[in-house]
Amino acid sequence: MNRQGRPTHTHVGKGPEDTFTGDRGLMAEAKLIFEQDSPGACGVDLPRRDGPASTRLGNVPVRSHVGLPDLAEPRAVRHYTRLSQKNMSIDGQMYPLGSCTMKHNPRLNEKLARLPGFADLHPLQPLSTVQGALELIDTLAHWLKTLTGMPAVAMSPGAGAHGELCGMMAIRAAIDDRGETRTRVLVPESAHGTNPATAAALGFTVDTIKATDDGRVDLAAFKDRLGPDVAAIMLTNPNTCGLFERDIIDIADALHEAGGYFYCDGANFNAIVGKVRPGDLGVDAMHINLHKTFSTPHGGGGPGSGPVVLSDALAPFAPVPFVVHGPDGFRLVEHHGQDGEAEKSFGRMKGFHGQMGMFVRALAYMLSHGADGLRQASEDAVLNANYVLAGLQDKLTASFPGPCMHEALFDDRFLKGTGVGTLDLAKALIDEGFHPMTMYFPLVVHGALLIEPTESESRETLDRFIATLRHLADRAHDEDGAEAFLSAPHHTPRRRLDETAAARQPILRWTPETTQQEAAE
Amino acid sequence: MRYLPHTAADRTAMLAAIGVDSIDDLFKDVPAGALLSGPIDGLPPHEGELGVERALGRMAARNVPAGSVPSFLGAGAYRHHVPASVDYLIQRGEFLTAYTPYQPEVSQGTLQTLFEFQTQVAAITGMEVANASMYDGATACAEAVMMAARLTRRDRTVFSGGVHPHYRDVTRNLVDFTGGTLVEADPDPTGTETLLDLLDDQTACVVVQNPTLFGQVADLSELADACHAKGALLVVVVTEVVSLGLMTPPGDMGADIVVAEGQSIGNSLNFGGPYVGLFATRQRFVRQMPGRLCGQTVDADGKRGFVLTLSTREQHIRREKATSNICTNSGLCALAFTIHLTLLGETGFHRLAELNHELAIAAADRLSSIDGVSVLNSGFFNEFTISLPGPAASIVDRLAEEPILAGVPVSRLYRDRPDLAPLLLVAVTETTTEDDIERLAIALGREVAQ
Repeated sequence: MNRQGRPTHTHVGKGPEDTFTGDRGLMAEAKLIFEQDSPGACGVDLPRRDGPASTRLGNVPVRSHVGLPDLAEPRAVRHYTRLSQKNMSIDGQMYPLGSCTMKHNPRLNEKLARLPGFADLHPLQPLSTVQGALELIDTLAHWLKTLTGMPAVAMSPGAGAHGELCGMMAIRAAIDDRGETRTRVLVPESAHGTNPATAAALGFTVDTIKATDDGRVDLAAFKDRLGPDVAAIMLTNPNTCGLFERDIIDIADALHEAGGYFYCDGANFNAIVGKVRPGDLGVDAMHINLHKTFSTPHGGGGPGSGPVVLSDALAPFAPVPFVVHGPDGFRLVEHHGQDGEAEKSFGRMKGFHGQMGMFVRALAYMLSHGADGLRQASEDAVLNANYVLAGLQDKLTASFPGPCMHEALFDDRFLKGTGVGTLDLAKALIDEGFHPMTMYFPLVVHGALLIEPTESESRETLDRFIATLRHLADRAHDEDGAEAFLSAPHHTPRRRLDETAAARQPILRWTPETTQQEAAE
Repeated sequence: MRYLPHTAADRTAMLAAIGVDSIDDLFKDVPAGALLSGPIDGLPPHEGELGVERALGRMAARNVPAGSVPSFLGAGAYRHHVPASVDYLIQRGEFLTAYTPYQPEVSQGTLQTLFEFQTQVAAITGMEVANASMYDGATACAEAVMMAARLTRRDRTVFSGGVHPHYRDVTRNLVDFTGGTLVEADPDPTGTETLLDLLDDQTACVVVQNPTLFGQVADLSELADACHAKGALLVVVVTEVVSLGLMTPPGDMGADIVVAEGQSIGNSLNFGGPYVGLFATRQRFVRQMPGRLCGQTVDADGKRGFVLTLSTREQHIRREKATSNICTNSGLCALAFTIHLTLLGETGFHRLAELNHELAIAAADRLSSIDGVSVLNSGFFNEFTISLPGPAASIVDRLAEEPILAGVPVSRLYRDRPDLAPLLLVAVTETTTEDDIERLAIALGREVAQ
């Protein structure tokens, strides 16, 4: 029995709870749109033009069949409304995914991004017709440079990992410009997977550095690895254990002395905005996830935006395009060497000028918070994580002593001997109405549970979350406790999904045969 | 501050519960000199909704929205009409404010739409499989070239002169950094290039665009055969996906990888982003594909469900051995694409493409009737190139004052090619009216006569 006194074992297979429709109240089943085809119906009314239809497609044959289903608008709207109801979201639930920063997404930002003066601009309009758009980019760049204490910023990267690529390209270009060959990039073992993937994508050798017992880069081990072939370190700060790297200035100094560059993964910048400027720590390049720190919506997996702030040493190598402010207003430098600028630019990262829609939202967020509010948001994010740490550390096993920054890291030692794993605990948390924390990352501790509450959660919600986890930790140690965890979640549109089967014989699209198989089963 | 729930009393009580005296006790690991004592100078304090609306509204008002004037801009971004229900649905909080669907039991909404998206993308491109989206068309193109190099174990790429220069530059950038070779054909306004001379047995892939930057359309079947005879892959770029409602798709012409800019379906112009890259290929190449993939499976009760799959290709598992470093993609733009394409369906997608094509033919015929203006393309979809007697950019700048957004001067994309300066790319969509075409024709006629 759970706390509400209901049986925790719901039906497996057909049982008395099954309904005629298969729907369960608000939990509705949803066919694929391809299974709702009503040939000839259409959700869009398009005009017919007078006169004979003709084509001018050269030698390209006209296409007779695409293979899309036909649905009128009410069916499409109901379909996607029902699908939306199968998601957890920040609007609906606490969503404490460590390293992902699921903070409140203000709707004001959505409203402003949809102003025709931003949303309805073609990227190649004459510059005289887009001065306000260039001003917005320039203003956002000013905020980013001021908040980081860095002299330059490349605005075009499309996401965090794309920003990493941009920063590492700038580093590579700077090294080439010095006429040097440096092939090795140092990456702490707690790093996000994107860091080694980025370095490797650019042909660097990845050299992993161990952590100390207190979850930070081992300064001595780091210094031992330095050499004339080291191009850079890619270091996240605060790091993925939620800890501030105490030796960061010493790391930067030693690296610079050895001729390397400091790439800071800015995924966790939200912990220190307004409290610490990365420029004061010796950073040469850092991407900023506008979709984390500055609250542009994650949208179920993007779009993101990953501007990269750059030091004076790297700024000349920044990608095109960029905005410059001159006596005649704002200009865009779109080409290598254009107007005597961008002579050393390493090239282009993306089509057009970057994620303008995200820029509008991020600037709206910054103006709303102001310098004082951004600082307060960072403080509250750190306060909330430490509150969670304090509320759980006698019940769960904290991996490192606090204080932490914006996220609290636990490992699975507290589950030892219960038969319940990190994954099972996370699934039970779903039944309690919370989105799980990040699991099994970072890799430096066993069965990691990384909790990032963000500044958006109230004390009341945090208390409830803490109480729930304490309850679950106790439950796991009950004599008959494990079974309920292993079969969780029960109160979701789908129960645990077979990921192994999905990978073994991948079904990546609908075909009529997949529906037939479905019906046969 | 309206977004922060704590009161001063909450903060005090929470610090006490933690067992520290002040918030800066929690920042004690920051080197002393680096911790700021107060808000950063030079930035304003917090502002209410009204004030923020005024500040950004003032910037928005300094721009000329494309939809407020006759607009003929294309070159990789197209103004189409997006049904109201698309924007309503993508703003539902359950879609808008969810993360990447790592917890499938509470993400079936996002996952099923991704499965529908992948199926739609495979269908319109005529390919077997598609991924869950890329940042945009240009980055998808660069990733396709990297994938072709992995598949063929060759590193030479041949670029057609009909490919959008941003796509080429983004790809060249990545190729340069990874030590490959990129061979590039001369800009090809008329679609008469022959790439066969550039193809050799060290070539990993040939990249072509259909319709080209200049609007020219072509049957690529022979080129596909020639590539395959040399053991190279054919990568086809589509920057205007609406064309796939009318034209034989690249998959039917023998393409191995199709990358596209999906902005035209469901997404606003947004001054260039965010957009949504489409990436489709053959089933046998799936394990070398970049980006996220959604797959079908069953849950513990045997019910159909969806999960992210084949993640062993990806950075969070494979780290430095991953097929690409991509993490975030264009989820919400992909959702908009899927909903819009669902509303269009087979019937509407075809009709939309026809309508674009019919209006473009009307525009081409009208503009080519002007003395001194000629249309360069023998076949096109909804965009074509006209040649003017003088530099297109100066005419475009003058017409912008009327205001008419007359098109994209080729010199905006090819800065160092004075021979291309008279060329103007003119795009026509269902949002273009006959009156718009007439106004452009009259204005162009006047400019050309001067």
